[in-house]
Amino acid sequence: MKAPPFAFVRAESAEHAVSLLTEYGEDAKLLAGGQSLVPMLNLRLTRPSVLVDIGRIPGLSEVAAAGDAIEIGALTTHHDMEQLDVGDLPGLRSLRDVAGLIGHYPIRVRGTVGGSLAHADSASEWALMALVTDAALLVRGPVQSRELPAATFFQGFFTTALEPEEMITSVRFGRSRARTRIEEFARRRGDFAIVAAATSVVLEGGRCTSARIALGGVAGMPIRLETAEQVLTGAETGDPQSLDWLIREVAYVCSSEISPGSDTHASATYRRRLTQTLVERSLRRSLDDHLPAGAAAA
Amino acid sequence: MQEAVVSASGASEVVRVALELNGRPVEQDVEARTNLLDFVRQQGCTGTHAGCEHGVCGACTLLLDGRPVRSCLVLAAQADGSAVDTVESLGDAARPDALQRAFSEERGLQCGFCTPGFLMLARGLLNERPDPSEEEIRDVLSANLCRCTGYASIVRAVQNAAGAQS
Repeated sequence: MKAPPFAFVRAESAEHAVSLLTEYGEDAKLLAGGQSLVPMLNLRLTRPSVLVDIGRIPGLSEVAAAGDAIEIGALTTHHDMEQLDVGDLPGLRSLRDVAGLIGHYPIRVRGTVGGSLAHADSASEWALMALVTDAALLVRGPVQSRELPAATFFQGFFTTALEPEEMITSVRFGRSRARTRIEEFARRRGDFAIVAAATSVVLEGGRCTSARIALGGVAGMPIRLETAEQVLTGAETGDPQSLDWLIREVAYVCSSEISPGSDTHASATYRRRLTQTLVERSLRRSLDDHLPAGAAAA
Repeated sequence: MQEAVVSASGASEVVRVALELNGRPVEQDVEARTNLLDFVRQQGCTGTHAGCEHGVCGACTLLLDGRPVRSCLVLAAQADGSAVDTVESLGDAARPDALQRAFSEERGLQCGFCTPGFLMLARGLLNERPDPSEEEIRDVLSANLCRCTGYASIVRAVQNAAGAQS
């Protein structure tokens, strides 16, 4: 189908984009890579009267280390992330590996990190990474810029903490020394994940000193599983067999804490089973050097 | 050249799009909602096909600044100032390029509707990675749908073209 008519304007800077959003009100939408917005336009699921094109704004595709965090410009494409030279920055490797999970190559060429976060699909890989790395989203509005913690950013079905005149300019992914990994499942490579499990674990002195677990596809938005995190936090990691059992317990807690829905892709029961498998797999593959030989192959 | 897209305030329902299409400059005023797929087809490059028009099938794949994209998901206005290459740029029946020859030899097409999308996806892949493994080829080609061939012959065609290039 063809998109409905709309007016188009190109923003020259983030300030300009925000002033255009303010001028045109709630009927205006930002256009970056378009990989989520344009299908919705073509299917006539949304009818904005104005599109503000931010795709050419300079300076919003930088990737830089910021202490223990990595700051990514909102217009960085998933393909840019996939091609990162990870060098000596440990946090970059997990971000680069996640990028390759997103959709297909032609989609990754256009889709952006900021766009994915603002769209806030329940299975968005960048949303899950933001949740498990205690990320901060840097956002510009008409009056001020602010930093929004990822933990409270995803509020509901395609709903975020962004005000209508605000624009994400960058995201700071933290916990760069943690072992962070996403495991997801879809029937075909590149489809939206039915369930996606993200884990981020810090090991120090024979213990897990901090853990984050987030799931996509099991609720209206991506969610953290704080009860499961507490099972893992403080646990000893010295004995491989005990750690293996602990991982199973954590995965089970995740599957019992959620209330997933049933739809044409999967039943609620199947989503619980997937949750258990994917949380286990994510933790096992992150911690394979602390587990009995072969345990990470599950 | 004056842009129909007004930058100060004043969004416009008509935009002037100037880009390079298969190496030649084109310029056209179009509705802002015109996607790049319809734009190239209106310019006469009808080899690029409209399959699903919502980014799932890949029949509309072409190269934008050398990289494969789904043209149904790009507004023509977003391609202003860019280089666009469609299937017509590869070659023709008299002088097919390596990919086109390989698709023909390996029977990588039957009805041909998905074929331009696969050719441009493969072209984009081989431009970035001239010597991909079979697994890499399958991974990239899984972006596009074919209802006729069962894909095996398409994979072989891309492998053969990659081999013929090196």
